[in-house]
Amino acid sequence: MNQPAVSSTFEPWTDPQETPLISFKSVTKKFGTFTAINDVTLDIYRQEFFALLGPSGCGKTTLMRMLGGFETPTEGVITIDGKDMANIPPNKRAVNMMFQSYALFPHLTVRENVAFGLKRDNMPKAQIEERVEEMLNLVQLQNFSQRKPHQISGGQRQRVALARSLAKAPKLLLLDEPLGALDKKLRQDTQFELMDIQEKTGTTFVIVTHDQEEAMTVASRIAVMDHGELIQVETPGRIYESPNSVYVADFIGDVNLIEGNTKPRGDGKTELFWAEGQAPLVAECPHAPDVEARCTFAIRPEKVNISKERPDTQINVVQGKIHDIAYLGNISTYKVELPNGTMVKAQTANNRRLARRDLTWDDDVWLSWTETAGIVLDQ
Amino acid sequence: MRRLTWFNTTSLTLGFAFLYLPMVILIIYSFNESRLVTVWGGFSTKWYGELMKNEAFLDAAVVTLKVAFASSIAATVLGTMAAYVLVRGGRFFGRTLFSGMIYAPLVMPEVITGLSLLLLFISIGLDRGIITIVLAHTTFSMCYVSVVVSSRLVSFDRSVEEAALDLGCTPFDAFRSVTLPIIAPAVISGWLLALTLSLDDLVISSFVAGPSSTTLPIKIFSSVRLGVSPEINALSTILIGLVTIGTISASLASKRAVKKRQQEEQMAEQAA
Repeated sequence: MNQPAVSSTFEPWTDPQETPLISFKSVTKKFGTFTAINDVTLDIYRQEFFALLGPSGCGKTTLMRMLGGFETPTEGVITIDGKDMANIPPNKRAVNMMFQSYALFPHLTVRENVAFGLKRDNMPKAQIEERVEEMLNLVQLQNFSQRKPHQISGGQRQRVALARSLAKAPKLLLLDEPLGALDKKLRQDTQFELMDIQEKTGTTFVIVTHDQEEAMTVASRIAVMDHGELIQVETPGRIYESPNSVYVADFIGDVNLIEGNTKPRGDGKTELFWAEGQAPLVAECPHAPDVEARCTFAIRPEKVNISKERPDTQINVVQGKIHDIAYLGNISTYKVELPNGTMVKAQTANNRRLARRDLTWDDDVWLSWTETAGIVLDQ
Repeated sequence: MRRLTWFNTTSLTLGFAFLYLPMVILIIYSFNESRLVTVWGGFSTKWYGELMKNEAFLDAAVVTLKVAFASSIAATVLGTMAAYVLVRGGRFFGRTLFSGMIYAPLVMPEVITGLSLLLLFISIGLDRGIITIVLAHTTFSMCYVSVVVSSRLVSFDRSVEEAALDLGCTPFDAFRSVTLPIIAPAVISGWLLALTLSLDDLVISSFVAGPSSTTLPIKIFSSVRLGVSPEINALSTILIGLVTIGTISASLASKRAVKKRQQEEQMAEQAA
């Protein structure tokens, strides 16, 4: 998967001179005895499109609601633009939120919805008009400005919500599962629209989502969360190619996991003994390169080669039998059973329309991969 | 489609007869020529004319309307406030107790409510009159308003209020410009309920009414004790007529609104 072009040049988190826009310092949030957020420390920078990703109940929404001012941390400090947010109510924050349910005001027209926040600021009338027009143009809803929310479609409501939350030109826009209610096609189109708008307005976006594809598409960085903790905070490319744990590897995309005992080879690579009578697998082990331990080898299916003949290389070659084939059009996934019962998925791109696909069920095949294709993770 | 069997027809007839036969008889006898209530003396509208000349009834009607409007408005304001705090106020100490206490007057026997109010008014030296009736009616009808309004508040999306706060409203602003317009239908039906309750309350009114402040139900009840006159029948028929017109037009209006909304929603989805 390609990284978005911006992240090759836009990496404020690597620059120690850069001051973050948002900063969580050891933030904990408890609801009664339940700990929703456990000791989170995190910096988010200006103009980032930052994604909080995790399964439902992982605390991502709570983290976002604390930025909006709808929850207060039990412990720790949150600063926005260097200012402590502890006693600042939602209406005094230069932060706007786009709600999962859109939360449009049902008794107001589209235009009045977008103008709502501007009117609270006592902006002159002519200026409000102008700004509302600008926002309606941005989300292409000029022709619907006199409709009420129930008179427009779901996708249009989503755009009204976006226009309304952007109207006040906030420093920070929070998006709570903004595309959850849209169907797949519309969702993909809207993701690109969101990225466009984010670039045009230069606003910092923080998005909460449980959809990893969505996070990969839009975000400059992704924070993968579980049980109220940050597991990994990285660019989409790094999260995918160098996950720091089995949890992240498994949560993002498709992955083969093989358990075994590691034995460092001394040159930065590690041998992993995974089955009786089989040659060890060789891979990088960035987290514990010099220790012998029980570890898990993770490799993405598209990095596994599948062939009928034994390949020439001696390293990372295993034999198996095709158990299942899934033809998805653009790619085919082969589920291969290894002699010890382990299932390994291999993917090949179908980049020819009329290729002969000579692999079929129960064929004996060879799987192989390079020394850098996979990664050894501690448990 | 299910057919109307003889069993269904019979149950329907019996049920509706049970509900409406007394009223039908009352309406028929209001057009009776004879002064005797139980003897049919031919069709006439003379009792309606008599009624219009009866100052005592008209005065009582005016008192009833004054009381009903004043108490229903006060009950709506108080009941809405109570509902808002109990539903949105979060968990404060004694919340369960308070919400229980709000609903208690609904099941309290009216005699007890009336008596306790009477004792209160006497002990603070408040002369019985229109004011005491308004206070008493406000007390019991605000519970009904609060029930109606809080059921609406519970069902509506909290994030709409949060959005208002997020866009710069103070909590009071958010209530006024977002919450209130959304719950307005519930507030109005709560108000109508309070109005109706006040219009036909007899028990509590008779405890707290003074000599100069006779409401219509009290007047009707006391004159019936001296014998039912056809004038009462005429008056009751007028009341039934008003209630029927009110109910039917309200339900027609709400049906039309729902239908219009559904059509607009369908059109929006199809256009997309």
